Amino acid sequence: MATLELNNIVKDFAGTQVIKGVDLEVKDREFVVFVGPSGCGKSTLLRMIAGLESVSSGDILIDGQRMNEVGPAERGLSMVFQSYALYPHMSVEDNMGFSLRLAKVPKAERREKVLEAARILQLENLLERKPKALSGGQRQRVAIGRAIVRNPSIFLFDEPLSNLDAALRVQMRIELARLHEELDATMIYVTHDQIEAMTMADKIVVLQGGIVEQVGSPMALYHHPRNRFVAGFIGSPKMNFIDVEVRDARGEGVSVRLPGGGEYLVPVDASGCQAGDTLSLGIRPEHLTLDDNGPLEGEITVIERLGGVTSLYVRCHGEEWILVTDGEVSHRVRDNVRFGFAPARAHLFAEDGLALTHLERHPLVDVERRQNRASTAADVS
Amino acid sequence: MHSSITKKLAITLLAWAIALVVFFPIFWMILTGFKTEGEAVATPPSLFFEPTLSGYHEVMARADYVKFAINSVVVSLGSTLLALLIAVPAAYSMAFLPTPRTRGTLLWMLSTKMLPPVGVLMPVYLLFRDLGLLDSLSGLIVIYMLMNLPIVVWMLYTFFKDVPKDILEAGRMDGAGTLQEVLYLLVPLTLPGIASTGLLSVILSWNEAFWSLNLTTSSAAPLTAFIASFSSPEGLFWAKLSAASTMAIAPILILGWMTQKQMVRGLTFGAVK
Repeated sequence: MATLELNNIVKDFAGTQVIKGVDLEVKDREFVVFVGPSGCGKSTLLRMIAGLESVSSGDILIDGQRMNEVGPAERGLSMVFQSYALYPHMSVEDNMGFSLRLAKVPKAERREKVLEAARILQLENLLERKPKALSGGQRQRVAIGRAIVRNPSIFLFDEPLSNLDAALRVQMRIELARLHEELDATMIYVTHDQIEAMTMADKIVVLQGGIVEQVGSPMALYHHPRNRFVAGFIGSPKMNFIDVEVRDARGEGVSVRLPGGGEYLVPVDASGCQAGDTLSLGIRPEHLTLDDNGPLEGEITVIERLGGVTSLYVRCHGEEWILVTDGEVSHRVRDNVRFGFAPARAHLFAEDGLALTHLERHPLVDVERRQNRASTAADVS
Repeated sequence: MHSSITKKLAITLLAWAIALVVFFPIFWMILTGFKTEGEAVATPPSLFFEPTLSGYHEVMARADYVKFAINSVVVSLGSTLLALLIAVPAAYSMAFLPTPRTRGTLLWMLSTKMLPPVGVLMPVYLLFRDLGLLDSLSGLIVIYMLMNLPIVVWMLYTFFKDVPKDILEAGRMDGAGTLQEVLYLLVPLTLPGIASTGLLSVILSWNEAFWSLNLTTSSAAPLTAFIASFSSPEGLFWAKLSAASTMAIAPILILGWMTQKQMVRGLTFGAVK
């Protein structure tokens, strides 16, 4: 059992607020990812949970206990640092067993626990080595092993994969997800990489400027972003935004006029907007489709072929649109193309950036990640 | 190609010349120590002579070298250990828990080294007299420790600054208190730096003459006072003085020689990175 609750957490650094009142609830065994651009306060928030940074105001509760004044070690948490922060003068075994040594755990028991963690992470053959003699991925695993040995109630990860190369990052990402299943632990993970956030999280917390922009499952954030910032931050390539004029607002949705004349009825809650208003229409590149009868037309300026998919940059009524299409399209630069989209896929944002609520929830939003997994630890063993 | 070899040759010759000029007085001192008093003051000076140990015999007969040497060792090591004991926590807090005034404090500490010691001789002397520290080893240890403390703190501060903060934070997450953090993580990680700092402090203490001459008379006098005792008002006895000096600097010279690598590494630790 390990739950975490943040109540109106504020952090002041010499008069500047870097965390401006964060509320959050982390359930037992949940994998929560803090994501946001650099400087958004995600690392600071994690360090406050860890106890490495003091809390200016608000409460941190772990399993219902207020932890504000409790030291880092007594909170029962483990942290994996971006730089790994291994002890360079100690062997892998001593690195992993350091917390137990400090806790005066007998040597035999210490060794047993270290070996157990080493087995989970396939580090058995490296126990005698110094961190200097390890590769980046191995160091990362030792850092995780050091966290496991403490048997914490909550694991904290501070951008643990950002020092690894791309291939290794993908591999470690999968290993971490597997580890989460195997250890059945609560994990909080900080990253600026939205792919890591989308692939690993049960719940994503999007932060910007010290404020929580949205909390939700990856699919909720993808399909129902609360505002323009979240819509632009989640998804790659970025969502297209374009200014549109409201023609009609009624029960079935808001009818908007695109530049060039096409009219779309987007099925969102129309209350609070009226004909003549200007809204921002957002549509993801992968939801735009080439269509010879489509309402939009433009000239291709750049083509990026990735094999499986192709990105087209299309200039249309003075705006650059990005389309992600099938890898087989044979268009060339300067070709004229027509395209369109399904209205239900579009998002509308009011002037203050808030999204107009979709009338229907996407069916995948409430599917839990565990049900999504092909195999669990139980299946493997 | 041609000119670069000439250039190299010129630089090498210049370096040797400078090294010889710097080393010559020491060489001459060692040489003079093996001469008789007559040979020592002969003009022109004789380079070839029959070496004699009479200077050394006389020095040993007149003064208790071993006692002075023991005092030097005790005072150098004692003051260095005390300085490290105080400087490690000071440098730790300056490196890892800096305040807006940390820089100012560091500069102020260094500025005390610019004050001529004679400027504070009077107050220190009176304080030592009232505290009964005159001519005592503990008094000398304290004054040497204070003398070297700014440098020791500065050096440790630069070494500690190179230690990634993450490592200490990881230690804190693992349950280390401040003392354990320092003993198990910081000190082992910066041991080469601490060692060279200690060596420098030992050497500076060993060679210090001003305070030892003014604050000691006999029982706590170190080797610097031993040398000075051979420049008597009745006239200088060059051979004996040289023999005494050679004996006084030999231990520290040998120590410096043996730890040369360590010293250079420590002193340039932060510089090349």
